[in-house]
Parts: sequence; structure tokens; C-alpha cells
Amino acid sequence: MIETTLKDWETDQEVRWCPGCGDYAILKAVQRTLPQIGADPAKTVFVSGIGCSSRFPYYIESYGFHTIHGRAPAFATGIKLANPELDVWLVTGDGDGLSIGGNHLMHVLRRNLDVQILLFNNEIYGLTKGQYSPTSRIGTRSPSTPLGSVDRPANPCAFALGAGARFVGRGFDVSKNLPDLLKAAHGHKGAAFVEIFQNCIVYNKDVFNDFAVPKGAEDHQLWLADGEPMLFANGTKGLTLDRDSLSLEVVDVADGDWQAAGVLVHNAKNRALAHMLVELPFGSFPMALGVIYDDPRPTFESAVAEEREKASTGRDTDLAGLLARGQTWTVSGTAQDPV
Amino acid sequence: MATLAAEKTAGSPGPAAPEAVVVRFAGDSGDGMQLTGGQFTLSTALAGNDLATFPDFPAEIRAPQGTLFGVSAFQINFGSTEIETAGDAPDVLVAMNPAALKVNLEALKPGGLIIADSGEFTRRNLEKAKYEANPLEDGSLARWDLLAFDISALTLEAVKPFGLGNKEALRCKNMWTLGLALWMFDRERQPIVDWLHAKFARSPEIAEANIAALNAGHAYGETAELAGPLRKTHLDPVPSPAGLYRTITGAEAVSLGLVAGAQLAGLPMFFGGYPITPASAILHHLARLKEFGVTTFQAEDEIAAICAAIGASYAGHLGVTSSSGPGIALKGEAMGLAIMTELPLVIVNSQRGGPSTGLPTKTEQSDLYQAVYGRNGDAPLPVIAARSPADAFECAIEACRIAVQYMTPVILLTDGYIGNAAEPWKVPDPAAYEPFPVSFLEQAGEGGQVLPFERDEKGVRPWIKPGTPGLMHRIGGIEKHPGTGNIDYSPVSHQAMTDARKAKIDGVAKGIPAQEIALGEASGRLAVVGWGSTFGPIHQAVRRARKKGLDVSHIHVRHVWPLPENLGELLAGFDHLLVPEMNTGQFKTVLRDQLLVDATPLTKTSGQPFQIAELEAAIAAFFDGIPGNEGGEVDADATQLPSPQAVNP
Repeated sequence: MIETTLKDWETDQEVRWCPGCGDYAILKAVQRTLPQIGADPAKTVFVSGIGCSSRFPYYIESYGFHTIHGRAPAFATGIKLANPELDVWLVTGDGDGLSIGGNHLMHVLRRNLDVQILLFNNEIYGLTKGQYSPTSRIGTRSPSTPLGSVDRPANPCAFALGAGARFVGRGFDVSKNLPDLLKAAHGHKGAAFVEIFQNCIVYNKDVFNDFAVPKGAEDHQLWLADGEPMLFANGTKGLTLDRDSLSLEVVDVADGDWQAAGVLVHNAKNRALAHMLVELPFGSFPMALGVIYDDPRPTFESAVAEEREKASTGRDTDLAGLLARGQTWTVSGTAQDPV
Repeated sequence: MATLAAEKTAGSPGPAAPEAVVVRFAGDSGDGMQLTGGQFTLSTALAGNDLATFPDFPAEIRAPQGTLFGVSAFQINFGSTEIETAGDAPDVLVAMNPAALKVNLEALKPGGLIIADSGEFTRRNLEKAKYEANPLEDGSLARWDLLAFDISALTLEAVKPFGLGNKEALRCKNMWTLGLALWMFDRERQPIVDWLHAKFARSPEIAEANIAALNAGHAYGETAELAGPLRKTHLDPVPSPAGLYRTITGAEAVSLGLVAGAQLAGLPMFFGGYPITPASAILHHLARLKEFGVTTFQAEDEIAAICAAIGASYAGHLGVTSSSGPGIALKGEAMGLAIMTELPLVIVNSQRGGPSTGLPTKTEQSDLYQAVYGRNGDAPLPVIAARSPADAFECAIEACRIAVQYMTPVILLTDGYIGNAAEPWKVPDPAAYEPFPVSFLEQAGEGGQVLPFERDEKGVRPWIKPGTPGLMHRIGGIEKHPGTGNIDYSPVSHQAMTDARKAKIDGVAKGIPAQEIALGEASGRLAVVGWGSTFGPIHQAVRRARKKGLDVSHIHVRHVWPLPENLGELLAGFDHLLVPEMNTGQFKTVLRDQLLVDATPLTKTSGQPFQIAELEAAIAAFFDGIPGNEGGEVDADATQLPSPQAVNP
């Protein structure tokens, strides 16, 4: 645990995001979180790919590696395997992480590398000037889809669960709960996937306003907490399970008696429930936010280190011996003596 | 000289022992020919003969049985003199089925010996090999000595006591054949017996059956000697420098060289790889060497393999990745990042044939342009090329040295031939190599400023590991300020950084050995200038040509980028330059580009290594065409005329 303040995590670099971009809020949330978790700037590494979100490392006073498009998870894997002591944060976006880098994202989650993965989802390509992205909704008009996009969007959290993630959380840029979510992600040993809805004010303005603005927030946001009932709308509504259709359902809660209404208690270790929560269609349901799933398993880097340890125990590490392995023979003068 | 004396070999009467013999084992890809060849190689090495091998197998794992495209072959050239190539035309061809005979017959020397398993020359197999009549019976093999007998039946007979099923019993055929070969060349069976015991430790009856087949093949030799063309041949051991020896393939040598290089640098090694032919062998070898501080990571793709290696280098390990042409293409962008962030990295390319998937199991040198020129932007990096399996050890160490001393990715080129071929190797003493320990930057400069891109007198930036207190900084692929490394696209910065990156790599030439002559004088009529695995055939061809009085020298370049500083001057001492390579003339272009010399290409892209005779004839033709030819004509062996596509002077 190192004592730092928010200021200690600011670099001398001018931040180059558009004024009003949601990235500023996320940057502040991260800079607010790092002192709270006692992070050591010297042992913290921010790794990113390419895109607006991926400029993030330049603005955090720690070690930072701005890599190439989509590949941040692979770099993070090398860093973490080389030095598991480092606290690695991975910053990516919907294009970087789910389009060009979808393969790497899948594998870093499957392997369960101990990193925090922050996927800034603004449903658009910002840095290349506004093309639709793999998370854009059907009908998104953009320079590359002047008549509206026709392909179905990917669901980042569902992707993460499908890839085997052991921690899945969801928040949005200006949410006051974001630092708590980041803390939970950091506290999870293993790959922690956090989708952060982020407002691109230039190319995809206000697409999350349906749930992310203060007005009506209580009706449209379901903040999940392990062991707590799934309530929203100031406790007047909740989620229950319809046993016949094996799906979640919104129920009214009268007089705060959520038990009577059959509201489910969130269990962050329930993988089936997590799958249902990330798939809830927004509109008829609120947006599920917070820690959706959190059930740790042994990490990749610890398994690799353990295996290396096991394979090395009692083994000869003399290089000369290694070079002379296998069947050898000695030449002395011209005589040949197989050994 | 390796194969010159080989006319008088097994099959030819007369007491003179040959200096060298070329044997090719050919069979169905399921017949275990590579295994037979490998064990024969070991016994040859143990007998003290020098040797070179050439495994030649199809891309299909188990191609349909008996087909022409399913033929797998293993050629070995061994002798009592120095051997540097796998030999041109075989003296002995072991053909386990009609397809193997058909595919390999053309290569066999006239008067050479064919040993064929007549049991496999059935109507069905003849049809599959597209033979209309049985070549063993129709007299079409009259140019050669033929020894055909039912190896299948003899094997079944030999392993009968062990109660194996027919299919399993027939799997012992390769050991029967090996037994016969061991007898022919006067070899000990014991090392093979020991190996079989070890290999089949869990099923002793299979081990015993194989040993019985081996012994039966051996005994058959003794009997057949009386009746047919079979002769026992003894080759004297090569007078080699005293020391401990083993056989080594290029893939093993690269792996061991990387381990040695990391140790000389004082670093743990991180190896990121992805399965690809023929480079996977390096991943396999290193995966078993964890106790030497090696972490291997089989990534989800080629890109992740190099990116993880760069990440590991960033964190203070020696990052290494390896692939073959198509995989190297995928790694291109990441190489640019390693160049841009100036992190050490070793990239091994085991080259194979052709663009795209091309010829995955065949050899070529056609990735030189890719290595030297193949990235976006001005992205220079050093390229070195191994000339033989044993040389790959030295080159891997050299690649590690340059990578850490110059904070740069380095490409090490080998090829399918070097990777798979085996040769005897005098086991080096690690203490004989000068260490090149790495020192990481631990302290900020004056005024506490962190300058990750401040350069030393060689133009090299410091290596700063994350985790070091007080040195936090950001790096990335965007153009940067020359000192702080902060994002800076200004015209001044991009010009300065481009110049600095180029100057640093150019400067590598100051730290490499001067180019030496491999054979011949330091000036003269003709220099044959090669790189990579063409060393063996060029060397032998130049040796033969010199014996005939031609004024020709052999120069073999290890550092193909940047070139050794004295190379231009050296080449200027020759009237003509001939550049043989297994591509359409890539090194020729580099030489012309860098040194403005009139380099003549000699190219071959058949997926097969150069034959000595091809090069010899090209050298001779070169002299024929030059007024004042002192050497006169060279009488090339009529059977070894260069293939038309191979010679392009």
C-alpha cells in the first residue's frame, strides 16, 4: 500500500481528448481510484491499443505502454508473465477490443490473466472520424454506413462471459459509482472485465442518455450488489425469475416487501444469472450495472510460474550440460569413443 | 569433394573404400522413414563419419497410402572427409514402395543401388504410383543395380514370435531396413537397440519386435552379400578436432543458442510462438527448457506471439518470437512498434517456400526482402542469417547480443533445410563466449528528469523496467520527442527520430566482425557470394572449381543487414560476383543497392537445396563466358546437369 493523492497520478501531458468527452470523467474516476487502492505508481502499468481510449496511458503518472491496434491484451500477457508483481491495467475501446482485437480479448479472458480490462464503449470509431463500430446499434448512420448499419451489434459483457471471464462489471463514464466498480475489479484476482459506456460527444452524442442521465436514472439503472435484492425505481420494482420461460421478469414491489414479490437476490458467483443480466434488453428492462459476475479462479501467470517452478525443481541448470545432452561421442586424436 | 568419390560405393566391385556415400531412404509418409533416417544419422555420427542430412517430407501428415504425393524421404551424405551438404545424387536408394521408387529414381546416380521392398509392388500400389508395368520386372531399371526382396514378408517373419497384429508388425519394416543399412555400412546396432528400449519402455513387446526386425535386416545383409550386388562398405572416421561431439539440427541449435544468448545477457528469456511449419520445432525444444529461465507462451496467433514477446522485453526479459514466412508477415506491424519503442527482441524466421502457404515443408531463402525491407515506414532492423545447423547456435547468440546492446529487434534467418537437417557438432564450451550483461537504468538524470529516449554514444536508449521507482514514463508507437519520448509529431522530431533510428542500425556494422573469405583468395576473377543455407553446396562447388584451376573464391555473409563495413572493399577486389540463392535474386538486390556492385544472380526456387553440380556448372559456365578464361571447361557429370530453372547467370 502506497499513499498517493489524485494529483500524483496526473502527468505533465496535455490531455488531447475533445472537450466534453466522456473519457475525461473516466480518467478522473481512475485517478480517484488508484490512491484508494493504495496503488504504487512504480508498479502500475497501463497498457492500451489504438483509438481515443488508448491514449489513456499518457495521462496517468505510472508506467504506460501505448501499443498497436487491438493487441494490448497480448502485450499485457507478456508483461504480466515476465513480472507478475506489476499491477496491469488494460485500456481498450469497442473497436480496438471487439473488432481488430477481438481474438486477443477472448484469449486474455479465457486464460484469466490478472489484469483489469477497461473497455470504453462509445459505439463508434472516434479517432478515425466516426465510422460505425461492432457495438453500434442497427441503423447507425456513419460515413461508412450512410444508409444506416445493418449488422447486429456485439454485446461486450456477453462476449466476456462467453470467453470465460471470471469478473464482469458494467458502468458508465459520469457515474459516481465508477470508482467503486473499478475497486471491485482491481480486488478481483484474475482478468476483470469492465465495460464503461462512454459518451462520444462528437460522433455518437448522447446515445446512452436513456439510462445515463440523472433524470429518470432510478427507473433505468439496476445497480447490482452481491447478496442484495435486485431492486430499482427506488425499491418499487425488482427482477424475478419466471420459472416457465427460465427468464428474468420485472415485478412491482409493494411496500418494500421484495421477498413477497419474489425478487431475486444477486449472487455474483451465479454464472447463469450473469448471462441473463448482461442480455437484458434495455427498455423493457433497466440497464444492469455494477458487479455482474465475480467468481475468481487461479490466474494464468500463477499457473505458468507454478509449472516453471515444478519443471525446474531438481533439474540441472548447467548450460554446458544442456549443450551436451543426447547421445554424444568423444574424439581424441582420431579415435572415436561413443559415450 | 564430398561425393566425388562416391561412384565406387556399395554395389560396385573393387576394394577401394569411398570417401563419401549418399543414401536416401524413401517410403510412404507412414513408413517411418524420417525415424529410420534419424537413427541412421545417429549411428553414422557415432561411427565418427562426418555427415549432413536432408529430410524431405510432404506437407500432409498421413497422405493416402501409396500415392506419389505421400512419399517421404530422408537423405544422408556421410563420409570420411568433411561433409557440408546432404549430397547431390544418391548412391543408394531404399524404396519402400512403388511411389517412393518413382519419385526418387531420377535422382539416383547411374550404377547406384536400388533396394526395394518387392512385397509392396502389388498391382494396386503400382497403379497408385502410375506404373503400367512392374519396374522391378520389366528391365526398366537396368541402369542401376537392383536388389528387390520382400521386406514386408521378411519383417512379418522376424516379428512373428511377438504376436503383433499384421498392421503393427508391418510398422517394424523401417527397423528391418535400418538393420540392413547398418550392416551395409558396418555400424553398431547397440545404440539403436538402446534407443528402442527407451522409446518403447512402456510396451516392451513392441521394443523387442523392432529389435528383432533390426537384427533380421542385419542378418539378411550378411546372407545376401554372397548372392547379389550388396557389399559391406566401411568408411573411416573423419579426422576431427578432439572434443565432445553430438548431432544437432538447426532448430535445436537455434533453441540452445537462444538459451545461451539469454544467459550471456544475464536475462530470463520469454518465447512467444504459434504453431507453424517448419518453425514449431523451436517452440517444442524451448518448452522443455524451463529450468533455464525460459518461459514459453503458445499464443492465440502470430501477432499475439510477437506482442507478448515485446511486452516481456518491455518488462525486462529477453523477448523472442519465431515463425516462418506467413507468420512473420503477420508480425510486421508489431516489429515496427519494437523498432519505434526501441526494445530488444529476437525474431527467428525459419524460411519455407513460396508466397502465401506456398511449400510449407520445403526450403527457400525468399524472405530476405521481407526481413530487410518488409515493414511500413522507415523501419530498419539488423538481419543475420545462419549458414548451417551448427552455425545457427552462433547466430542465435549474435542475435541476442545485438538485440540487447542496440535495443532493437533483430531478425535471425534460417530455413526449412537448416531447421530439419542434422550435422555433427563439436559441443562448445559456454565459458568461451564473452558475456554481454545488460544493465537497466535505475536512476533518473539530473534534476530528476526521466529521459527514456536519451541516447548514448552508439545512439542507444536506456532500458527501463516498469517497477523501477521514480522512472515512470510512457512509450508507444506514436512519433515522439527525441529525449522525453512524449508524443511529438513535429517535423523536427520526426526527422530527428527517423535519422536516429537509422543511424543506430547502420552503426551495428561497427560492432560486427569484418567479412572473411570462406575459401580462396581475397581478390581475383570470381567471388561466389552466398548467405544462409547455401553455404555447403557453394563451398563444395568452389572447392571443386579451384581444384580444376579456376580463380574463384567463396564469400559467405552472415550479417546481411547492415552489411559488414569491409564487404564493399572486399567485393571490389573481384572482377565478377556470382550470387547463388534459393529465391529470384534478393540478396543480389541488397548487394547492388548497398554497394553498387555488379552482382550476377544464380537462382533456384524448386523447394530443394542447390546441388553442388549445379553450382559447379554455373561457375564453369561463368568462366567459359569470360575472355581469358584460365580454367578451361569443367567436365560436369552428365547426370548432374543443372536444372534449367536453377541457372540464370
